Amino acid sequence: MTVLAYLIPISLILGGIGLGAFLWTLNANQYDDPQGNASRILRPDYDEHPKS
Amino acid sequence: MADTFHASPSACPACVAAPAAAALAERAAPKEARLMLSLPTAHCALCMTTVEQGLAKLPGVHDARVNLTLKRVAVAADPDVTAEDLIGALDRLGYEAHELDPGALGATATDKAGREYLMRLGVAGFAMMNIMLLSVAVWSGAEGATRELFQWISAAIALPTVVFSAQPFFRNALAALRAGRLGMDVPISLAILLATALSLYETAVGGGHTYFDAAVALTFFLLAGRYLDHRTRAVARSAAEELAALEVPRATKLVDGAEAVVPIAELGLGDLVRVRPGARLPADGVVIEGASELDRSLLTGESLPVWTGPGAPVSAGEVNLTGPLTVRVTAAGRDSSLHRMAELVAVAESARNRYTSLADRAARIYAPGVHILAFATFLVWLWLSAGNLHLALNIGVAVLIITCPCALGLAVPAVVTAASGRLFRQGLLIKDGTALERMAEVDTVVFDKTGTLTLGAPEPVDLASHTAADVALAAALAASSSHPLARALAAAAAAAGVAPAAVEELHELPGYGVEGWHQGRRVRLGRADWVGVQPLAMTATYLDRGQGAPEPFAFIDHLRPGAAEAVAGLKAQGLAIRLISGDGAAAVAELAGRLGIADWTAGALPAEKAAAVAELARQGRRVLMVGDGLNDTAALTAAHVSVSPASALDAARVASDIVLLGQDLAPIAVATGVARKAVRRIKENFGVSALYNLVAVPLAMIGIATPLMAALAMSASSITVSLNALRLR
Repeated sequence: MTVLAYLIPISLILGGIGLGAFLWTLNANQYDDPQGNASRILRPDYDEHPKS
Repeated sequence: MADTFHASPSACPACVAAPAAAALAERAAPKEARLMLSLPTAHCALCMTTVEQGLAKLPGVHDARVNLTLKRVAVAADPDVTAEDLIGALDRLGYEAHELDPGALGATATDKAGREYLMRLGVAGFAMMNIMLLSVAVWSGAEGATRELFQWISAAIALPTVVFSAQPFFRNALAALRAGRLGMDVPISLAILLATALSLYETAVGGGHTYFDAAVALTFFLLAGRYLDHRTRAVARSAAEELAALEVPRATKLVDGAEAVVPIAELGLGDLVRVRPGARLPADGVVIEGASELDRSLLTGESLPVWTGPGAPVSAGEVNLTGPLTVRVTAAGRDSSLHRMAELVAVAESARNRYTSLADRAARIYAPGVHILAFATFLVWLWLSAGNLHLALNIGVAVLIITCPCALGLAVPAVVTAASGRLFRQGLLIKDGTALERMAEVDTVVFDKTGTLTLGAPEPVDLASHTAADVALAAALAASSSHPLARALAAAAAAAGVAPAAVEELHELPGYGVEGWHQGRRVRLGRADWVGVQPLAMTATYLDRGQGAPEPFAFIDHLRPGAAEAVAGLKAQGLAIRLISGDGAAAVAELAGRLGIADWTAGALPAEKAAAVAELARQGRRVLMVGDGLNDTAALTAAHVSVSPASALDAARVASDIVLLGQDLAPIAVATGVARKAVRRIKENFGVSALYNLVAVPLAMIGIATPLMAALAMSASSITVSLNALRLR
């Protein structure tokens, strides 16, 4: 059962990274226009030079 | 802010440095103008590309970015680019656009409260998943040290999460308790706190059931409901705020012959006010100098401009059309007719606040019920187990957790979000959370005429019946005036491909018409009495060719697109339709006939409109009022639920629950259908959560509920309720 000593911290750290990523996207205004972004990704305009 | 404020030059030397003027000048001269337009008809990737590229091509425009979710476009451009240019360009691309106030937008662009909810939701979600993983191990039979370790880790995750994420509930519960009420938040807070405390105790002594997962899952699901609720309201509020015209309440006051821009509130009795063509009258008064025509449609619903000259009384809210006027103020602020109208609104408003939403009604039954049930269970078990406090408390808390209103908290917001999302795509903005519920109860629809069923913009009828020479002559005269009839005539002639005739020495006589010389004859376009004929019974302007009888050009106020569909659709749903207008009987009768509305009233004053709506309410009818003018405002507020078009006056939009973003009126008929479906879904959702409780609560009360059952009941009911709401989309 010693494997738990590794697995539990790993799972918590991975989850924490996910949470951190979520908080970052939240602070970077990435949820302001979900519908527009869903359409924008299909456009070829920004393929070479992504626009924020 | 203060520095730039002082550094900014005043817009005009004659302006006394009033704060409003200085602020305006500052706003007008930034290095790069940030403009915000509402695009009610944009809906797809193609719209986005067309609008962005179309705007970027315009000279002076640096960048354009469409927000498809909010149906807005943000434009960065040179300071000399105006919203009118952009609106014109978008119109040519086939998109309807309205200007939004960038100042109001700054406050709402970053929705702080919404972001806070999302952050708490994210933390709760993270904690819930991790605790759930650990809990599954415990439920599937982890024993001894492993079980204890897992429970301690769960506690370590759950405690900070509850402290951080459940704060909104604690705050609301505290506020409710202070006010002596039992809201939904009191049982929620109690369940979360007791579940955490009990679990902590069980973890410390070892061996018992822990409910950390339940406490955190409860927080997560309820936060999701709160967030949806908040977002619906925030989107509506910000859009409605921004729709408000960029109209600063100012007046141009004459002080010793010099013009000064002052806030309307500072106007006093006897002040002289200058009103330019196109401006709205700031106060009631008497015309001292100048002649013009007034558009009273927003105030009274009259579609014909009214002539005014020295000695004529004028009211605040009327729009001056042709010539500059100097007005002596006879009533300002509190006494003006505008303010009296506002008082009518306030009276009606207080009557409306009595509506209790379905969620409130559910909470009223639910909150005391849960507490009594949990407490009774606790007492009974205390008695049965002969004073085993630990056991009784355990079972009491289990009841509290299982009854906790996860599904109930989601039942209303999930449905309202789905329904308002669907209506938003149709061009309807729900401003009030309970508007959908009230809309579903409607059995009578009252329409206003001018500006609501019609566009409020006259267009010439049957240009082809006039000779080409007459049209060319009229077009030439009309082109030099900014009167709405003249502008409409010039535009129609241009659209028909008629080149204006050569007319010299054009000049406009404010309040009368335009005069000029054509082939040696004096020609006139204007009022009937001015060109010397009897006026027709309809809106018309008259052309005097300098020979023969003057030729009338008749105008008609076109139906708003979708008006016929809306009326037909509402009728098909079995609703009674009434038309109450302040306009003359002939115009109202004609329109009522065209739309097939049998029940109509003409010449109604604002107070009479409100009284008519109130009378209907007294008869037990639920009235949906659709109107746009200041004269409708009181009626809009008195009605059970109200709709106004985006072109409506500010006050009317504020007073109404639902705003029509586009020109089209047809979505109203759709909205009543969606509203009824939404209420059905909400009631189904209440049924679903009651059903889960009906199964789970007896188990909890006889003491055989486990944390696994609580988790299953909670998740299953929340997901069922959300899926049911999604059926509306």
